[in-house]
Amino acid sequence: MNYDVTIIGGGVIGCAIARELARYRLRVILLEKECEVGFGTSKSNSGIIHAGHHSATDTLKGRLEWAGNQKWDALCAALGFGFERIGELTVAFTPEERATLERLLISGRAKGVPGLEIWEPDRLRREEPNLSSDIVAALHAPTAGVVNPYEACFTLIESARANGVDVAVDYRVEALSRGGDGWTVTGTGPDVASRFVVNAAGIFADRVAAMAGVGTFRIHPRKGEEYLLDKRLRGFVKRVIFPLPTATSKGILVIPTFDGTLMVGPTAHETEDRSDITTTLPGSDEVFESVRRVVPGISERDCIAEFAGLRAAAEGEDFIIGPTAAKGFINVAGIQSPGLTAAPAIAEMVAGILENEGLKLTARDDFVAAVPPHVRFAALPLDEQVRLAGEDPRYGRIVCRCEHISERETVDAIQRGAHTLDGIKFRTRAGMGRCQGGFCSWRCMELLARERGVPITEITKRGGGSWVIRRRDDGDQP
Amino acid sequence: MITGRATQLQGLYDVVVAGGGPAGLAAALGAREQGVERILVLDREREAGGILWQCIHAGFGLHHFKEELTGPEYAQRYLEQVLEKEIDVLTDTFVADIDRDRRLKLMTGREGIRVIEAKSVVLAMGARERTRGAVRIPGTRPAGVMTAGFAQKVVNLHGYLPGRKVVILGSGDIGLIMARRLTLEGIEVAGVFEIMPHANGLSRNIVQCLHDFDIPLYLSHTVAEIHGRERVEKVTVAPVDERMRPIPEKAWDIECDTLLLSIGLIPENELSRQLGVRLDPVTNGPIVSSGMETTMDGVFAGGNVVHIHDLVDFVSQESLLAGRNAGLYVTGNRPPADNIRLSPGENVAYCVPHTISSERPHTIYLRVRRPLEKCSIRFGTVLEKKLSYVFPAEMVTLTVQPKFLENFHGDALSVDVVAR
Ligand SMILES: Cc1cc2nc3c(=O)[nH]c(=O)nc-3n(C[C@H](O)[C@H](O)[C@H](O)COP(=O)(O)OP(=O)(O)OC[C@H]3O[C@@H](n4cnc5c(N)ncnc54)[C@H](O)[C@@H]3O)c2cc1C
Ligand SMILES: Cc1cc2nc3c(=O)[nH]c(=O)nc-3n(C[C@H](O)[C@H](O)[C@H](O)COP(=O)(O)OP(=O)(O)OC[C@H]3O[C@@H](n4cnc5c(N)ncnc54)[C@H](O)[C@@H]3O)c2cc1C
Repeated sequence: MNYDVTIIGGGVIGCAIARELARYRLRVILLEKECEVGFGTSKSNSGIIHAGHHSATDTLKGRLEWAGNQKWDALCAALGFGFERIGELTVAFTPEERATLERLLISGRAKGVPGLEIWEPDRLRREEPNLSSDIVAALHAPTAGVVNPYEACFTLIESARANGVDVAVDYRVEALSRGGDGWTVTGTGPDVASRFVVNAAGIFADRVAAMAGVGTFRIHPRKGEEYLLDKRLRGFVKRVIFPLPTATSKGILVIPTFDGTLMVGPTAHETEDRSDITTTLPGSDEVFESVRRVVPGISERDCIAEFAGLRAAAEGEDFIIGPTAAKGFINVAGIQSPGLTAAPAIAEMVAGILENEGLKLTARDDFVAAVPPHVRFAALPLDEQVRLAGEDPRYGRIVCRCEHISERETVDAIQRGAHTLDGIKFRTRAGMGRCQGGFCSWRCMELLARERGVPITEITKRGGGSWVIRRRDDGDQP
Repeated sequence: MITGRATQLQGLYDVVVAGGGPAGLAAALGAREQGVERILVLDREREAGGILWQCIHAGFGLHHFKEELTGPEYAQRYLEQVLEKEIDVLTDTFVADIDRDRRLKLMTGREGIRVIEAKSVVLAMGARERTRGAVRIPGTRPAGVMTAGFAQKVVNLHGYLPGRKVVILGSGDIGLIMARRLTLEGIEVAGVFEIMPHANGLSRNIVQCLHDFDIPLYLSHTVAEIHGRERVEKVTVAPVDERMRPIPEKAWDIECDTLLLSIGLIPENELSRQLGVRLDPVTNGPIVSSGMETTMDGVFAGGNVVHIHDLVDFVSQESLLAGRNAGLYVTGNRPPADNIRLSPGENVAYCVPHTISSERPHTIYLRVRRPLEKCSIRFGTVLEKKLSYVFPAEMVTLTVQPKFLENFHGDALSVDVVAR
């Protein structure tokens, strides 16, 4: 089939672009090398929709951050992923640091970010009693929010799909060639022909650009380690807490996630190895030492999980979005933080670029903006739970005891595309709680095997060779 | 395997037991002994019996039945008694919430969502295993890092294997038992790595599961890093310094596809916490009186939910007491309240119960912090008992008769384990 647009990379950027293009009468395909979308950097970040006042206005980053921020409410209303504007506080320990807060306040106001305010210690103690008493002032930004980043990817792609976009996972793009009126993409699946190619390949965007003959930039991955804490600490801080930002990083934060856990991190360290998503002892020390200074009551003993993600920083530290010397090949590269925040604005910008490059955008009259709502059973009122479980007893059968996820929600996740343990985990939260799947992994495996009609030994954690168990009598292969 | 089933869920019970492991079953029997009528045991699994079904090795019941049983045999004996006594057992039922009026919200695969009331509740939810996050092992996050209990379930209940070559972190009993089990299944166990200078499992298990199979135990060692993108490919292990940090110069790599974690159990007290029961920060379980009553009126607790037991016999004994007292609570024949507080002193991490009465005999369970040979337990100044050795991994029990407390008039007793 001939496509109008091929999107390479199914991170939040690729997914948001796919959904944006789904509004128009176009044939679009998204190619993703992992077994599911969102399993790159977009799953391993802090999940913050930044308030809008961080990056400088003369950068793409700065412009798209605030523009993107304002689009999340509408997206969430249509797609129903977890999102809440909980606000953020940037804290100052000294009078000099306080002066920096004033500067941030002024530049934020200039951008039009509403509600910015400096809080003095008495207000701060009242609102956030668990912050260090050494803090002299804090900048409050109510526009900051937290989102479930993987859920955002899943629902964006679900919506794109429902509106006719094709998606191929486990498809690694290996070569690009131009001929005739467009491009042929070759990789670990059937060749794909299309007029336009959008390069949203995250930390591999420079490699993909090189495949198109326009390797004019280099991505240098910057690793960030994050540590997830037990729900016991729910409410310990209510807003995202920032130290003062530095040149390369927003610093190590305390993040009340949408799901009620606290997360601390990330670090920011350059790495040469693009597969290096290891967590490290020094990284963990750095995170907890830094966090203890701001919120002394947090301890590494509360850690339930850890992970790392790679920011796709390009030289110049700004986003690289636009057409290239190769006709029809559009870069959406260098999308480091605040890329998640900016994603919906980036998607609109890319649609505009494609139009400028000659793609005709005709709105579909049958575009469906919303996806069927996901049931979050544990969050429903009792009478509603009683009613639903009366209709379908699978709502009454618990799969994940830590997060109270029912069998029906798990089966729904499988029917909506989860085909791995991580796929279920990131859609339903089964396995994300304090016992980290100790109890529910087996049940999820049984349900996957049953619903997909495959032997339980074929169930993987995350696709590829990530098998979980093997048969007693097998040979060398799991 | 048999499993009971409540014919019809009622609205009000005398005693409801949350959790149908050995603790829950013994508690139900205890309540029945007091002549209480409507007793219900709830368990989220398909079968009551708790962790015992997956413990197919022998070593259960030596104290209680004076013979060596497997876990399932031990569970079966209790289940039979429970059914004989016509106690309702409802499985596939998760207790999602208990409120202060002792209303329980149940999620059941058969009956949907139901709310029932209880005059008295016994908490018997057991424990869960500590996971990788709790020890923050650096490295990648591939498949193949799992708790020993998960592996045990896979092998013993479902007949699959967790991998081909295994490294075990932590010398907890489940890990030790799995070291033997996997060896018997033809899997190579490269070694057990324990960060403490002493083992964390019963010495019986060190001998029978490691020594007898030539599986090396490395004390004061840990897994310093996990490698592998999709599945575990190798782990880096290293000795640790006094601060328990790995010493990189002495590290080495072991190729393997599986890392089993046997790094301890945590009492499963989410329900207790929701209910507002006060917890002991050392045990992570409820603070209990000598009748196993929590700080909430009419709410009792027993078994691993209170503190981690190494022997099921003690679980049954302690929970029988919890059930009896729940029964007495319902019938209105409660014994006089406790009048003496116990405080863990020299080399004592915790003791359970937290209070006792000078009127009754008591069994006190405690754990020491450090191993010690030729020592004695001192119970204030009223009692001293000699012990040949103590180990953090082996719970110490002490029976106290009222006669020792006759001439004691204080309100607190310190419990110490000191060298002789
Ligand atoms: C630790 C950390 C914390 C962060 N916190 C925040 C935050 O709080 N707020 C915020 O706004 N931003 C944050 N960011 C930044 C944000 O996560 C990124 O900007 C965003 O996820 C980038 O999305 P993406 O789609 O460009 O990249 P990715 O999610 O990496 O997507 C790229 C996709 O392309 C695929 N791909 C690559 N090569 C190929 C190929 N050859 N063929 C097919 N597919 C290919 C990859 O598998 C991947 O799925 C954070 C980043 C990190 C690392
Ligand atoms: C590997 C291993 C080896 C062992 N070896 C020995 C040995 O050789 N000899 C020996 O004597 N002892 C041994 N033990 C110890 C013994 O098995 C335990 O001490 C005992 O099982 C604890 O009993 P319990 O009832 O407190 O907890 P569990 O057996 O864990 O039972 C708790 C029950 O509560 C249920 N539950 C929890 N929360 C809820 C809820 N919200 N709603 C409904 N149900 C719930 C669970 O499903 C479970 O069935 C071993 C234990 C293990 C794990």
